[in-house]
Amino acid sequence: MPTLIVNGQSHNVDVEPDTPLLWVLRDTLGMTGTKYGCGIAQCGACTVHINGVATRSCSVQLSDVAGKEITTIEGLASNGVLHKVQQAWLEHDVPQCGYCQSGMIMAVADLLKNKPKPTDVDIDAAITNICRCGTFQQVRAAIHAAANA
Amino acid sequence: MNDAPNFDRRSFVIGSAAIGGGLALGLHLPFGPDIVRAADGSPEVNAWVVIRPDDTVVIRIARSEMGQGSLTGLAQLVAEELECDWTKVTTEYPTPGQSLARKRIYGDMSTGGSRGIRTSQQYVREAGAAARIMLIQAAANEWKVPAAECNAANSVITHQASGRTITYGEVAEAAAKLDAPKDIKLKDPKDWKIAGKGLKRLDTADKLTGKQVYGIDIKMPGMLVATVKDSPVRTGKIKSFDAAKVAGMPGVKKVVQVGDSGVAVIADSYWRAHKAIEALPIVWDPGEAGKVSSASIANFLKGGLDAEQAFVGNKAGDAKSALAGAARRIEAVYNYPYQNHATMEPMNMTALYTADRCEVWGPTQNGEAALAAVSEESGLPIAKCDVHKFLCGGGFGRRGRVDYVRQAVAIAKQMPGTPIKLIWSREEDMTHCGYHPVTQAKLTAGIDAAGNMVGFHMRISGQSISASLAPERMDPSGMDPVVFQGLSPNSPEGNFGYNFSNLLIDHAMRNTHILAGFWRGVNVNHNAIYTECFIDEVADALGQDKLAFRLKFLKPKHAAVLKAVADKAGWSTQAPQGVYRGLAQYMSHGSYVAACAEVSVSPQGTLKMHRIVAAIDPGHAVNPAQIERQVAGSFVFGLSALLYGECTVKDGAIEQTNFDTYNSLRIREMPRVEVIVMPSGGFWGGVGEPTVSVAAPAVLNAIFAATGKRLRSIPLMHEGIRTV
Repeated sequence: MPTLIVNGQSHNVDVEPDTPLLWVLRDTLGMTGTKYGCGIAQCGACTVHINGVATRSCSVQLSDVAGKEITTIEGLASNGVLHKVQQAWLEHDVPQCGYCQSGMIMAVADLLKNKPKPTDVDIDAAITNICRCGTFQQVRAAIHAAANA
Repeated sequence: MNDAPNFDRRSFVIGSAAIGGGLALGLHLPFGPDIVRAADGSPEVNAWVVIRPDDTVVIRIARSEMGQGSLTGLAQLVAEELECDWTKVTTEYPTPGQSLARKRIYGDMSTGGSRGIRTSQQYVREAGAAARIMLIQAAANEWKVPAAECNAANSVITHQASGRTITYGEVAEAAAKLDAPKDIKLKDPKDWKIAGKGLKRLDTADKLTGKQVYGIDIKMPGMLVATVKDSPVRTGKIKSFDAAKVAGMPGVKKVVQVGDSGVAVIADSYWRAHKAIEALPIVWDPGEAGKVSSASIANFLKGGLDAEQAFVGNKAGDAKSALAGAARRIEAVYNYPYQNHATMEPMNMTALYTADRCEVWGPTQNGEAALAAVSEESGLPIAKCDVHKFLCGGGFGRRGRVDYVRQAVAIAKQMPGTPIKLIWSREEDMTHCGYHPVTQAKLTAGIDAAGNMVGFHMRISGQSISASLAPERMDPSGMDPVVFQGLSPNSPEGNFGYNFSNLLIDHAMRNTHILAGFWRGVNVNHNAIYTECFIDEVADALGQDKLAFRLKFLKPKHAAVLKAVADKAGWSTQAPQGVYRGLAQYMSHGSYVAACAEVSVSPQGTLKMHRIVAAIDPGHAVNPAQIERQVAGSFVFGLSALLYGECTVKDGAIEQTNFDTYNSLRIREMPRVEVIVMPSGGFWGGVGEPTVSVAAPAVLNAIFAATGKRLRSIPLMHEGIRTV
């Protein structure tokens, strides 16, 4: 039975090995902060960190991630303190419907780890998540704010 | 399955009145008989305001929240009149069943047409004011002083003469026993302290941590998950399916037919249900509609451009004679495709059916229509049904329909006692929508020998949304008045902005088997392109400035927003090297809007949208900061539609199945949007939709300025335009 390490906790997961990580998180572990948007790695709503790298969990199978360190939106804050991206999102009132924002925040957290002071061009290249409400203007402002926090 | 709009709004209202009162909200707890209580026992001061002993103010929100922010705006309006402490405000949804049991006390709960605030602002403000008056009266009674000697601020009532104070939480119980006041005077908006301010949304925190529960996230003990496949051709039927082929797959519990056109797999998880339905052999009968294609639809509509019979939506003078006698005519044909709402959260609904009760939980923009659908589909009386609304992961009009609610009930009815969460795949969602209607338009302007425009004719040919979804809105003549959004004479909802002496706007209705639906902005999106791009063409043909030409004909409030964007964008000054500007104005959903776009286009057709200056006059601005966000976001929606939005038809079915074939704007493509919020007072307009309408025409006109080429066919991805 494969073992998943999610937000520092180990789970034995008894489902088919080709189950996408997204649905293991949502259906098996009941962690619904990670969202289903397209299932084909187009929209980014399901973005999580796998060994620290932002990855679209709909397109990664359980068998690919056994034993790897997975961080989901539920595990981004530490000890009740919001991650600086979450804090910036709060201060800039970024979300509208909010459905894409778990994935957006996880993608941005990864960007800032690699590029602590991203330019607009860096943001354009790294953030490809879809937001149908169109929060991008606030997203961009909040990324710069988080970078300068 | 059947999604026919056999739910008649009028009979619903009558039916709801007949059912009558009796059922209080929440639990029946052993308190005084005269007070209606929330589930936790706290007293309702009135149906909209519950105050807990710890001073928490619970404001009831009847409209659905889907990101547009009206939950916060409505709470601001109640709180403003209530004079409560904003930091202690929380909100909750009453259910449609609760509203119905109380003689529809919460009014219209549907949330569409940018109506959430503007059509309920009066009675929610009155509710806040009434509660304040009752709370003050209760304090005055306790102190045995006249209420007129007391005032309230920040949830504290003060008796001025004695300096005594008491909090709302301390007098709520007594206030709830008082009769509602008769005379309620609302504040002048210029005295607003909570409303009218750019306050932060009330519903942000849980969206940042994964805690926010959307319908798709619902968990219930014993719950199973279903996914569905409905006929790819909307009017098609199921011929057969071979349930035995998937019955042994992991987690599969049951395969059920849904109506006469759908089949669902019920399993213990979404992924297992999905795998099984993908493996399920299904044979469809597409029927006659299986022969329809985008090309056949385009031909059908083309015939309407010159057809004799058409419904007249706006007429002044004699446009046909004026055009016939004109020295010169300018003519252009435009078209606009089917488009999907593509909410980020796919359609879903959780249903629990038993022999004597049926309830659903999930996202809906129209809780009351959902309730009627639950009753119809379950076969149970409406009083034995209810709908529990969840925050919608996007709506854009899609969740005003109840097709997915019906399906959830039809599936749950085949497993009584088991809660079943129906989740659509993105592919099901993309191919089973009420699509932005397909239209074409032929525009003709007549110019006299002196170079004056003397006649204007807009012929729209295409689909009617009302015919698809809301036949009760059709005129007895067969006309769909909704087609003329923003084109009507003197409509408070959206009047045509130009005073043209010889004007004719008419519609040749051409309906297809594809369902047309209400899509953020609705008919104004194509109507604004047709109007504003063609006006631009005429001004260009006459060699006139695009702003000055429009202003010659524009009505004052239309002109004001256009001038505002032109001023801020610097229309009268030279744009930066290689950057070109385009203008558009429109009236939509009760508000006046305009945009000035700045773009550059490379010789290879690479479009860079640098900046949009947008203006909105919604009459009153309840939360300017959230209006700015709605306006900025509306350009992402409108420009996604302009660049990529197209659902094509092949063999009667929609071809696009996911975001790889139905793209949406990304952050790198979004222009900077500068928003001017300029409420002029005296009316209440909408916010969520209006500015979608000016996004496409402003950019199209800027592209013309940059390239000298008119693009008249949406989306631009087929017109050689790519983005940076």
